[in-house]
Amino acid sequence: MATQHSRSAARIMISPAVLLLLGWMIVPLALTIYFSLLRYNLLMPGTERFVGLLNYRLFFNNPAFITALVNTLVLVGGVLLITVIGGVLLAILLDQPIWGQGIVRILVIAPFFVMPTVSALVWKNMFMNPVSGLFAEFSKAVGLQPFDFLTHAPLASIIGIVAWQWLPFATLILLTAIQSLDSEQMEAAEMDGATALQRFWYITLPHLSRAITVVILIQTIFLLSVFAEILVTTNGGPGVASTNLTYLVYVRSLLNFDVGGGSAGGVVAIILANIVAIFLMRMIGKNLDA
Amino acid sequence: MARAVSTRRKIGFTIAAWAVGLAIFFPILWTILTSFKTEAEAISSPPSFLFFDWTLENYTTVQERSNYFRHFWNSVVISLGSTLLGLLIAIPAAWSMAFVPGKRTKDVLMWMLSTKMLPPVGVLIPIYLIFRDVGLLDTKTGLVIVLTLINLPIIVWMLYTYFKEIPGEILEAARMDGASLRNEIIHVLTPMAVPGIASTLLLNVILAWNEAFWTLNLTAAKSAPLTAFIASYSSPEGLFYAKLSAASTMAIAPILILGWFSQKQLVRGLTFGAVK
Amino acid sequence: MTQTTRALLGATALCGLAAAAQAETLTIATVNNGDMIRMQGLASDFTDQHPDIELEWVTLEENVLRQRVTTDIATRGGQYDVMTIGTYEVPIWAQQGWLVALDDLPEEYDVDDLLPSIREGLSVDGSLYAVPFYGESSMVMYRTDLAEAAGVEFPEAPTWDFIKEAAAAMTDKENEVYGICMRGKAGWGENTAFITSMANSYGARWFDENWMPQFDSEAWQTAFSDYLMLQNEYGAPGAANNGFNENLALFQQGKCGMWIDATVAASFVTNPDDSTVADSVGFALAPDNGLGKRGNWLWAWSLGIPAGTDAEDAAKTFVAWATSKEYAELVAENEGWANVPPGTRTSLYENPAYLDAASFAEMTLESIKAADPKNPTVDPVPYTGIQFVAIPEFQGIGTAVGQQFAAALAGQKSAEEALQAAQDLTMQEMQAAGYIQ
Repeated sequence: MATQHSRSAARIMISPAVLLLLGWMIVPLALTIYFSLLRYNLLMPGTERFVGLLNYRLFFNNPAFITALVNTLVLVGGVLLITVIGGVLLAILLDQPIWGQGIVRILVIAPFFVMPTVSALVWKNMFMNPVSGLFAEFSKAVGLQPFDFLTHAPLASIIGIVAWQWLPFATLILLTAIQSLDSEQMEAAEMDGATALQRFWYITLPHLSRAITVVILIQTIFLLSVFAEILVTTNGGPGVASTNLTYLVYVRSLLNFDVGGGSAGGVVAIILANIVAIFLMRMIGKNLDA
Repeated sequence: MARAVSTRRKIGFTIAAWAVGLAIFFPILWTILTSFKTEAEAISSPPSFLFFDWTLENYTTVQERSNYFRHFWNSVVISLGSTLLGLLIAIPAAWSMAFVPGKRTKDVLMWMLSTKMLPPVGVLIPIYLIFRDVGLLDTKTGLVIVLTLINLPIIVWMLYTYFKEIPGEILEAARMDGASLRNEIIHVLTPMAVPGIASTLLLNVILAWNEAFWTLNLTAAKSAPLTAFIASYSSPEGLFYAKLSAASTMAIAPILILGWFSQKQLVRGLTFGAVK
Repeated sequence: MTQTTRALLGATALCGLAAAAQAETLTIATVNNGDMIRMQGLASDFTDQHPDIELEWVTLEENVLRQRVTTDIATRGGQYDVMTIGTYEVPIWAQQGWLVALDDLPEEYDVDDLLPSIREGLSVDGSLYAVPFYGESSMVMYRTDLAEAAGVEFPEAPTWDFIKEAAAAMTDKENEVYGICMRGKAGWGENTAFITSMANSYGARWFDENWMPQFDSEAWQTAFSDYLMLQNEYGAPGAANNGFNENLALFQQGKCGMWIDATVAASFVTNPDDSTVADSVGFALAPDNGLGKRGNWLWAWSLGIPAGTDAEDAAKTFVAWATSKEYAELVAENEGWANVPPGTRTSLYENPAYLDAASFAEMTLESIKAADPKNPTVDPVPYTGIQFVAIPEFQGIGTAVGQQFAAALAGQKSAEEALQAAQDLTMQEMQAAGYIQ
């Protein structure tokens, strides 16, 4: 039972975070919305003028827009699927008694420490390259034609790279959660003759639900704005096969230095991201109460 | 008998876990190995795994070319600074949301996360203009502020989840004993929350360490961290895989070592001190 | 705005005062190419001569550097005193008044020694706005051993028809030798640059005199389908993601019969430390189609000084040092003549020591001389630039067009579809930018 006193204390404790984020959100957002209504190219100062919703119309009319939207969702969905399933399995595996547990844990967590640019460069040049990459060498060794990953499956390849980077995050969060699982309950279930699968389904998974929710929510935020990996590996191509919304905005705002168009794209991206977030909350938000 | 079975199980799990661990780690291992090759060997086909002429030449080249320690120090200050500042702001917030939840708590949480959805590439220009006017370009302070703000929602979220795991009965018990809010926080809850805070801390240090958009675009010479150091090695003219690998290894190593030392703390989980 | 300006003035004044009290610091933004890295290593020669100037280096990869310096100069961020920029940026920035004019270079700098085509590319209305650090064109690099084995003899000035025959003869996919390596990675500085130069020699152009896009012309059709044919039949796998660096690595590993790319690559592929084929590389001019234009571009990495810097004089002293004849001698002394930054000064190509050390010198000079940014193709055009169009919108349009080219190369689209898409998107952008009413 929370008292009046603790309620107001709670409000005071929460306010710095809220106020700071409010400022951080409002200032750039207001500027972005303002710029999005202007014709404003950084390379042509003095030509700024109000153009209403023209930038939005151009952004929506861009034939790449729909592809980018779909790619963004596929990228987020694909990586989430791999990391959540893989993360649960890995967390369970790492929770078992094994020799050298500490070392294995650090091996699994390590990809998270690698900067996105570096991991993209390493994957592109040393693994996926169809002439000299390790995968190509391996195919040739077993007599197969090397597969040209980044040309024929660009988005899937990027999903693979990004999933490799985020799997450790999911594993770490889920492992931390799994450790708080009541071992007595587990043992009791085992005594009652529950199979490993039943125990997983009825005890472990429900226990992990909140952690999974958090993994999904936090990762979604980062995955919606995947950028460096695309820039380094495919430049959004071939064509627009691996262009996501962030990359589309990048082309506008930092390649063309069209601040107006880029800002319009940014506003569209925020709105879409919030729609995704609301959708997610509807689906899994109830797990947060518990 | 039971012991024999469990030993066999342990062997099985050990093999499986090591196989998966090594597979996941392999790209990094390969990068580290490549950093000890010559440029010609780094692209040779078929690739050599361990039997090549090990050389430190890439490391000396990198060290001669860049001021590694300045970048390193900037990375340390920026990532630790922003994480600590973030924790300072986020702990009270997550605390009150977890233990004194109101009707709007979930909305506030969701809204916080939504502040992260503005794609950085779309708002660089506005932020750059603001930073120019207040004189924060190429300063560590400026980067600490930006990284604190962009990671704050994540910190609040993670802490909130961990705090939620702490059973409410403990609080009730402490209150019955007449503990004040202050005492409740310092003596009862903090010890239980330490593992959660520690893993939040580490994860955020990593996120800040690897943040490569703001750190590259808001700095020039004085406060550029390791991400800028890496950006001076990716794709120059001429062969660069071995040098890039060496630079990458130097950029990853500190955080890998930090992870190594803290991983026990990290996964000790939340059973710490809890009554079950 | 006035408040901002005032704050800026105040800050500048403060910086000025602070700088007067102690040694001046120059912050130099540069690209991480081999020649620039070498300059960084040799900079102690400069600081020894000028103990009152300190140098701070910001070395970045090309794309990051471009994004960084453009943001800074356009917002007057004032982070840099010297910037490394290319032939694309200089005229655009100079017209905005963002760069300091370099008309008062010292006598001994001998500004008339700069190669005319390079100098012209860095000048606006007769004033020089950046000094060239190194210049490049493009040419054909080929494997003499493979050519001999295949029985092809390279002329000094090949045609595209010859290139097709040679590529067919030299391709040996069993042994992973691909007849021709060309850029395929999307980007205005990658595949768009290459294909645009190639199309010039087919008589194609980006815009007619009224800024109407010309991708629907027959010249573009022919040029682009020849490009696709060469890549698909004789190119390396994964060409759609290969840019300069990827192709360099392939050539150095001995996987390419020919490689058409920047002249600076010549010193990398002939360097025995890095290249497995160093002693069997020949050079030829970029191919033509009998229309009087060759498919070779022109580029110069140059040093410019942003207007409003608080260390203008020191910056001028530095850029003059870095692009001087003395600097060339300094490099020659330390690293040998073959490593001197190429393509900027006539005197270098009259120096017997250089001609002796660099087998590619003559071909580089010929290529640079043959490039004419004012008249890049057969028909007249309203723009300057060979492999680019020197308007601010080009980076965005060029990259989007490059994506269409890459899509066709990856087999997602036909050549016609890609060109039509390029035509449409260029039209849309040019209308939005107000070139076409």
